[in-house]
Amino acid sequence: MAPEAIPAIEVCDLWFSYPDGHKALQGINLRVWPGEKVALVGPNGAGKSTLLLHLNGILMGRGSVRINGLEVTEGHLKKIRAQVGLVFQNPDDQLFSPTVFDDVAFGPIYMGMPENEVRRRVAQALAQVGMGEYARRVSHHLSVGEKKRIAIATVLSMSPSILALDEPSAGLDPRARRTLINLLRTLPQTALISTHDVRLVQELCPRTVVLDAGQVVADGPTAALLSDDAFLEAHGLEHP
Amino acid sequence: MHIHFVDPYRPGVSAVHRLDPRVKLILALAFILATASVPVGAWPIYILLLTLTFSGALAAELGIGFLLRRALLATPFVLAALTVVFTTEGPAWLRFPLGPWVVRITYAGLERFASIAVKSWLSVQAAILLSATTDFPALLLAMRAVRVPRLLVAIFGLMWRYLFILADEARRLMQAREARSADPDGRGGGSIAWRGRVTGSMAGNLFLRGMERGERVYAAMAARGYDGEVRSLPLPPLGVGSFLILAIGLALMGGLAVLAQLVG
Repeated sequence: MAPEAIPAIEVCDLWFSYPDGHKALQGINLRVWPGEKVALVGPNGAGKSTLLLHLNGILMGRGSVRINGLEVTEGHLKKIRAQVGLVFQNPDDQLFSPTVFDDVAFGPIYMGMPENEVRRRVAQALAQVGMGEYARRVSHHLSVGEKKRIAIATVLSMSPSILALDEPSAGLDPRARRTLINLLRTLPQTALISTHDVRLVQELCPRTVVLDAGQVVADGPTAALLSDDAFLEAHGLEHP
Repeated sequence: MHIHFVDPYRPGVSAVHRLDPRVKLILALAFILATASVPVGAWPIYILLLTLTFSGALAAELGIGFLLRRALLATPFVLAALTVVFTTEGPAWLRFPLGPWVVRITYAGLERFASIAVKSWLSVQAAILLSATTDFPALLLAMRAVRVPRLLVAIFGLMWRYLFILADEARRLMQAREARSADPDGRGGGSIAWRGRVTGSMAGNLFLRGMERGERVYAAMAARGYDGEVRSLPLPPLGVGSFLILAIGLALMGGLAVLAQLVG
């Protein structure tokens, strides 16, 4: 990557504490370059989800977060949220509308797009995740794997340049997990994937960032990190 | 496993199912209004209205039995009108002492009560026909079309979406309780106070989970640009056929209401 390029995600000295005093992030520094697929691994409570929530300003801590060079501040939220597609761990939280169509259309409608464009984007996003036939369906009646794919479609319809995925393969059976991995492989966006699924990391992400107790404890090529057994064990990770 | 029992919708392909939800909602409301305006004791009109709901049930391929079973729901609410039996003036049909008082039941009171019961029963039938042939997303769209405030429609939508999930969570909590309710020597079960505490903490647990989910859902909405204002795509235009059915239906309801005044 050329040194003068602007990072897709740039986190500088980010600190965040929850109202109950729990220190979730303690001085995070991270740069992700356009087009990179980066895994974010670490034990439960390491701060992975908290970090992802900072990427589009759902949470705002001390320090700075920049998305494609634009600082995440109250004034920039609309622009930031159009650029970062945040996919939550539980698809039942992400799919809150009466039908699949309404859910996928939600983002484009709030971006102020005309009806034809909204419909075009919904069709395109659903086709991209292989759920083109599901527009009129009700989310409650879908399987977890189908819900996960639609949850991804709900942000793809906003054409984000960055995807932040929280535990995308959690709770999936092997077939649904395989479908999801294949889908993620086809997406061109810069991606930061928080996960415990080490095999998914191996397949998708050339680079891995390890978070533990709110700090980045390692950042480097996935192959090298995952072959260091002592390191993996020290941070509660599993050898693939 | 999911809970579906709260969903009153019965999927189908009948003409009633295919009718535009806006037409169905307006006609159902018009039916209920017309029914409410029928005077007490206008029995021929009640029968006419009943033939309408029965025809609707048959046209929707739901069957009259289905309609009547569901309509039993209305019975407890009818009890609220029971007092008119005793309070309406007129010649007494029955009188009996109750402590220091004498209770009078009048013919007029009985007729009024029966009329209220039949009218509420008919109105519930119309609501059942509407909800059994129109899925909830379509109903929400129809509500928007008749200018129900958008925020209210959005709340209905979220409520409906998460009602099932909350019911699923409640079911899982109860299963977890069942799974640990062993009784090897027949002395288990605990006192009523203890059981009350367990049930109370389960309800509290469900409430907390609901709150937390609410926060996560709000975060998911905000992440996709939600700014506190409810927005949606414009409604599709109503077809000529739908307009025609709506006009005929409204004329019919209006005609019935007028006829009821003449008969009553």
